[in-house]
Amino acid sequence: MIPYFIKKCITLLLLLLLVSITVFSVLFVLPGDPAQIMLGINATPESLANLRSELGLDQSFWAQYFQWLAQLVTSQGSRSLNYDMPVNTLIVSRLAVTGPIALLAMVFAVIISLPMGIYAACRQNRPADVSVMFFTQFGLAVPEFWLGILLILFFSVKLGWFAAGGFPGWTVDVWGSFKAILLPAFALGVIRASILTRLTRSSMLEVLREDYIRTARAKGLMERTVIYTHALRNALIPVLTIMGLQLGQLLAGAIIIENVYYLPGLGRLVFNAIGQRDLPVVRDVVLFMAAAVVVVNFIIDLAYAYIDPRVKLK
Amino acid sequence: MSPPLLDIQDLQVDFHTPEGIARAVDGVSLAVLKGETVGLVGESGCGKSVTSLAILGLIPSPPGKISAGRTLFEDRNLLAIGPQALRRLRGKEISMIFQEPMTSLNPVLPIGRQVAEPLMVHRNLPRSAAMEQAADYLERVKIPSARKRLNDYPHQLSGGMRQRVMIAMAMICGPKLLIADEPTTALDVTIQAQILSLMMALKEESRMSMLLITHDLGVVAQTADRVLVMYAGEVVEAAPVTDLFDHPFHPYTQGLLRSMPRLGGHDRGRRLKEIPGTVPPSTETLVGCKFADRCPDAFDRCRKEKPEPAGIDRDHWARCWLFEFPKKRGVHG
Repeated sequence: MIPYFIKKCITLLLLLLLVSITVFSVLFVLPGDPAQIMLGINATPESLANLRSELGLDQSFWAQYFQWLAQLVTSQGSRSLNYDMPVNTLIVSRLAVTGPIALLAMVFAVIISLPMGIYAACRQNRPADVSVMFFTQFGLAVPEFWLGILLILFFSVKLGWFAAGGFPGWTVDVWGSFKAILLPAFALGVIRASILTRLTRSSMLEVLREDYIRTARAKGLMERTVIYTHALRNALIPVLTIMGLQLGQLLAGAIIIENVYYLPGLGRLVFNAIGQRDLPVVRDVVLFMAAAVVVVNFIIDLAYAYIDPRVKLK
Repeated sequence: MSPPLLDIQDLQVDFHTPEGIARAVDGVSLAVLKGETVGLVGESGCGKSVTSLAILGLIPSPPGKISAGRTLFEDRNLLAIGPQALRRLRGKEISMIFQEPMTSLNPVLPIGRQVAEPLMVHRNLPRSAAMEQAADYLERVKIPSARKRLNDYPHQLSGGMRQRVMIAMAMICGPKLLIADEPTTALDVTIQAQILSLMMALKEESRMSMLLITHDLGVVAQTADRVLVMYAGEVVEAAPVTDLFDHPFHPYTQGLLRSMPRLGGHDRGRRLKEIPGTVPPSTETLVGCKFADRCPDAFDRCRKEKPEPAGIDRDHWARCWLFEFPKKRGVHG
């Protein structure tokens, strides 16, 4: 267990190092001068040069890169050009929106997809299965921003249950904040549930044909026990992989949905930062997103070992 | 004579396939008496496993369907008692052991729990008590330091050990009938012998009946009291085990015996004789005897009329027209 953990941590660090080089290189060669954007088009060449040297933009690639790394490691962090505050603080405040949305979306995805997938698998090719498959096809085809807009039209505009957008902030209004993330999380969750439902169904169908399921039935177990104890645990293994990928992506922020609902999440932060050439923010947020994906996958790896005893934590 | 424990009459199982209806079991009748071991032999695909699965209602449906017949178990018709009653019978009064110990145990559940499950469902025992009994039974099937292995997973055990776990699981509720479907086929020869003697010992202790399904005539010779030979979904010959080996009547049975190597026999060093030809596809309906095309002694009638079971001896019968015309039999083998 401990060596496994250390090995995984080393992999994680190497991966993040690679990501950091990639992110940095891409932004380094990107056209557009942050100093120019900050000072406007009327700035004099002298003031531009001063700002560049102040930001360290006149230094070499590696000098800038290592300076950035040093800032990250010393937890000093870079400063946003646009907001004039540490990027760390920005990320934390935006994560307070994106994190709960991501988790809630996964909760929706799981509570919709597992029962539907199991139900469909147990009634393969019968009307119930066909209708479940129809709805998942629908969910796969619908873009999430459009579903988001439909939900606003129905629940906010017509029924008036929710605000149509915006986020009051957890410290100001907890209930209002929860209501604000409910619809976007549902929109994100439903789309992900479609994939997970299909996956659960096909995985269950495969497992239900296994010899050990026949053994379980031959023991006289109730069908409920056969399905939920003997089949589901085996069927969940491939489903878990995709769940992990989805959660990682969601933690990286949902740019479009956050824009539809006007939510101050990570997605919007990076979206605006790109528009404003706020390179420190883009760099750090992208690095954070990559780290989120990698860490979630690490947690999924641990979960595998819990579900499947054949996976040894070595 | 007391009535048989299990009495299958004219069982017929169809599989709906894209090529048409395949009749996997075609009018099989067999009886198992109390305390008796009946061997059901035949080559792969002859319908012996399907017959055994049909008894417990474990045929996957669709595509499978039991289209005719009765299976009486202590006067209850298993085909008519309904799924819930049948479920309560499975693992309690009739148990089953399968061929593949590698895949027949659930890979993600500890073996102790898997062995304890029948007690929890059929005897309503709480888990701790069931686990206690499971440990005892695992000791009885000679799993070394069984108590410490309760939380082991199947992949941590060898094939032979897994089959012992399967046996413990099948026997723990003290069933009246054990159906063993190729219980030793996937095992090494030495392990095979151990497993067989373990099964026979447990059977003697508990006065249980056994239906042993195998393609291995050696296993049958060691264990069975009576043997039924199946070919293409039908029972073609039935006899007490010594009769069958000494005086096989049906040309198919004779062919099977000739294709089996004998230790120290006078035919040592000679090539084994295979049965020429292949089994007819089960989607085809044949008019006469299903073995006619491969039979060295077939004559006109075999291809025109289906032979009915005919008695040769008191407990020995075969489905073959040669019974009426013994002189037509050539000298083979």
